[in-house]
Amino acid sequence: MFRSMLGKALGLVGYTIQYGCIAHCAFEYIGEFVVCSGPSMEPTIVNHDVVFSERMSRHLFKIQKGDIVIAKSPFDPNMNICKRVIGLEGDKICTSAQSDLFKTHTFVPMGHVWLEGDNLRNSTDSRNYGPIPYGLIRGRVCLKVRQPSVHPIGRQHSTGGPATTSDEITGFLMRSNASLKAV
Amino acid sequence: MGVTSLSSTGSCKIQLGATCNCSHACVLIQGEITLQFFQMAQQTSAWRRYMQAFISGFFVAVPVTVTLLDKLAYVARVEGASMQPFLNPDVGAQCDVVLLNRWSVKNYHVQRGDIVSVVSPRNPKQKIIKRVIGLEGDFIRTLGYKNQYVRVPDGHFWIEGDHHGHSLDSNSFGPVSVGLLHGRASHIIWPPNRWQHIKPSLLPNRELLYTEEDGE
Repeated sequence: MFRSMLGKALGLVGYTIQYGCIAHCAFEYIGEFVVCSGPSMEPTIVNHDVVFSERMSRHLFKIQKGDIVIAKSPFDPNMNICKRVIGLEGDKICTSAQSDLFKTHTFVPMGHVWLEGDNLRNSTDSRNYGPIPYGLIRGRVCLKVRQPSVHPIGRQHSTGGPATTSDEITGFLMRSNASLKAV
Repeated sequence: MGVTSLSSTGSCKIQLGATCNCSHACVLIQGEITLQFFQMAQQTSAWRRYMQAFISGFFVAVPVTVTLLDKLAYVARVEGASMQPFLNPDVGAQCDVVLLNRWSVKNYHVQRGDIVSVVSPRNPKQKIIKRVIGLEGDFIRTLGYKNQYVRVPDGHFWIEGDHHGHSLDSNSFGPVSVGLLHGRASHIIWPPNRWQHIKPSLLPNRELLYTEEDGE
């Protein structure tokens, strides 16, 4: 009786390890659902939106200009930021504000990207802290989940209707460390 | 010659004229059993069993291995001379192989003097292995950086190779974000005569000027 219980317990542990590993591989290499908070990507992504970010583009180094990406914050690796890629390595970025007479430019160094939020007035991004290394990017946002349907996020600007704050969305897996704050 | 029924998991022998009530698929061969058909039936079931075992093993082994490599430990070969004389001391001999501990860096905690591997800020496809000289808030005297004294910003750390001048490190590209941390080298595992546990230690001329840590 003790032996059969031990056997069952070991079997349960084995299954847990196996499915835990499969879940880890899915989150790490396929994609994950992320809850966004903060106003820096309005009107494309508003506070409390749930988005799906896929990981394959980042591992295959296929992130392009105009993508919305989720990256680790350069000042706190436990926090994530959600911004749009404005420039890749080697691109020339205009850093002066629109009101300036003389335009200033910088070049994005090798291995870095320049991120900016869509809500330019209320976003701290590369205009404040400079370009961030590509290695900090975690994934590319490709879908926004909004009840009752999902709709894709385009490369340049979203063509969706007015964004609604989403309520409880049951049945989706959310990672506990994936809540974002716009910094 | 009687009737022999072959099943995929065994064989049930029945008498001629009787019906087979077993639940697995049976192949009934009446009359003379031809050797070729018998062998083919055996091979088909063995092949299917092999494929099923392979697929189920594949779906177990690959995720477990990938998770182990991502979360626990990673083995890597050190190339280059930037960490001489500690790693790769002989230029002509074979390269050192180190064990990178990924579990200890999952909360991004490192100590000064650790040897760590980070994703290179210049080339995200490459990992570089260097020593941690300073953590956030420390004041460093640099060797060849654009400023002679640097305060390491929050969320960053300062890494240097032991072999100054032959090393692409923070003296070239500045403080590195902690989010790029990949693993901490804990042991040298090859060649066998250099098997050792790596302890965090700072070179005597690379001490900090000042640190903002509580209790220094």
